[in-house]
Amino acid sequence: MSIDLVNTTRTQRALGWLQPHRIGLIAIGIALFGSAVYFMRWDWIPNYYDLALQGIWRTIWIMLVTAVLGFLLAVPLGLAQAVGPWWLAWPANAFCTVIRGTPLLLQLWLLYYGLGSLFPQFPAIRQSWLWPYLRQAWPYAVLALTLSTGGYVGEVMRGAFAGVPHGQLEAARAYGMRRWKIFRRIWFPQAVQRALPTLGGESVLLLKATPLVATITVVDIYAVASRVRQDTYIVYEPLLLLALIYLCITGIIVFIFRRLEARIPTRVG
Amino acid sequence: MSAAGAPLATRKTAPDSAAEAIHIENLHKKFGQLHVLKGVSMSARDGDVVAIIGGSGSGKSTLLRCINCLENPTSGIIRVNGEEIRLKADSHGNTVPADRRQIERIRSKLGMVFQSFNLWSHMTLIENVIEVPVHVLGVKREEAIATAEKLLARVGLAEKRDVYPAFLSGGQQQRGAIARALAIQPRVMLFDEPTSALDPELVGEVLRVIGDLAHEGRTMILVTHEMKFAREVASHVIYLYNGLVEEEGPPEQIFGAPKSERLKQFIRNIG
Repeated sequence: MSIDLVNTTRTQRALGWLQPHRIGLIAIGIALFGSAVYFMRWDWIPNYYDLALQGIWRTIWIMLVTAVLGFLLAVPLGLAQAVGPWWLAWPANAFCTVIRGTPLLLQLWLLYYGLGSLFPQFPAIRQSWLWPYLRQAWPYAVLALTLSTGGYVGEVMRGAFAGVPHGQLEAARAYGMRRWKIFRRIWFPQAVQRALPTLGGESVLLLKATPLVATITVVDIYAVASRVRQDTYIVYEPLLLLALIYLCITGIIVFIFRRLEARIPTRVG
Repeated sequence: MSAAGAPLATRKTAPDSAAEAIHIENLHKKFGQLHVLKGVSMSARDGDVVAIIGGSGSGKSTLLRCINCLENPTSGIIRVNGEEIRLKADSHGNTVPADRRQIERIRSKLGMVFQSFNLWSHMTLIENVIEVPVHVLGVKREEAIATAEKLLARVGLAEKRDVYPAFLSGGQQQRGAIARALAIQPRVMLFDEPTSALDPELVGEVLRVIGDLAHEGRTMILVTHEMKFAREVASHVIYLYNGLVEEEGPPEQIFGAPKSERLKQFIRNIG
């Protein structure tokens, strides 16, 4: 069997892959796609082309920025909970519990309407260089999503830090490594490797939490779809396209994490 | 300590003039209420191979782990290469190293080999071996790799250099861990039951490597259950019982003509 595989040409392998059930499924897929294109209304797309691209871009950068910032927040949160003294572990635990125990929409609105209406009352803030940013909605969106990701991933990192075998850290100590070096060279890389599959899942969840920012006037791709509906009364087609876009971004995230996971040298079992 | 010119030893004892590598005086260690070491004294000169034997719970691993302060002794004196480890009491009343830098420096001269190997699982074998030389001792990477390749060849793992620990057998992992310890060019090798976690058929390959090191005159302290091996390679044997040195001497005496009743019984039971 394996000898056959080595000796076959690329075309032969492609033909082998094309079995009857696969051909059938492909035909159904093409038929569905074709009928969607043919029977549904897509003439609005050219009018919203630029807006949609901007929306996709905004969704992606909000997701990327909050994923990175959230992770940076999660590392100390996880570390504090895993090995910190009580006066660090307790607040970190409380933060994660509150974030994980309340709806993200609520957090977003509390920050946007709460802080957003508090800040203008202080002339010092109104006159500061930050004010042009604080007047906009996206800083509150980024802040809320960062805190949320930090809370969830902080819990993941707590488990990951605690799960690194104690003996390996002890070996590092026994050879005279300093604490920061042990963390950087041994502890952190292994914790990340352990957490990687979960981090991939959290990233996908984060992507699908981003449409909430549309509720505080940030125009992401979801907000664009809503705009199309309001303008044209076309409901179904924009939503279908929206689903396809999120699916594609999810696919990219999953692909990236698969590639990263494939580099981990652990043997299962 | 060792009888001058003991002719029967399979391994030559260090000459009396050799410098003292490890010196321990009146060492106590308590874990809470549990008094594990109750005043142990021992010493090893350059070239000595000291085997520490004893039943489970006798404190032999704790004694070894106190040498590089993986366990902080409760009281007592530890000197490594003539340098005394400075200890102080922390706010909880525990004894801790007074100078972190000093203990890190001393540790980097002691090659520790663990019962459970403890290779770093996110690094290949050769990365494990060069990690401490490159990132602690400041050796150039190319030099460290050249040394590591020689060491891996020595322990019979040359062709496994790019393999991750998870894909190695226990015996291979332990031999790799020995190469990692040798890479820091240690003054003293510390072995903490290096074959206890191995399948019986893998014990031989690891003991052969350790035996070679003993015969080339390396200073070693070896906690072990392998009595036959201890008899072959050790220049001095210490029998611990219940946190105290019950009997010590050259291996022929300890295994051939034990004086203490407990040691006699221990050897009978294990032999």
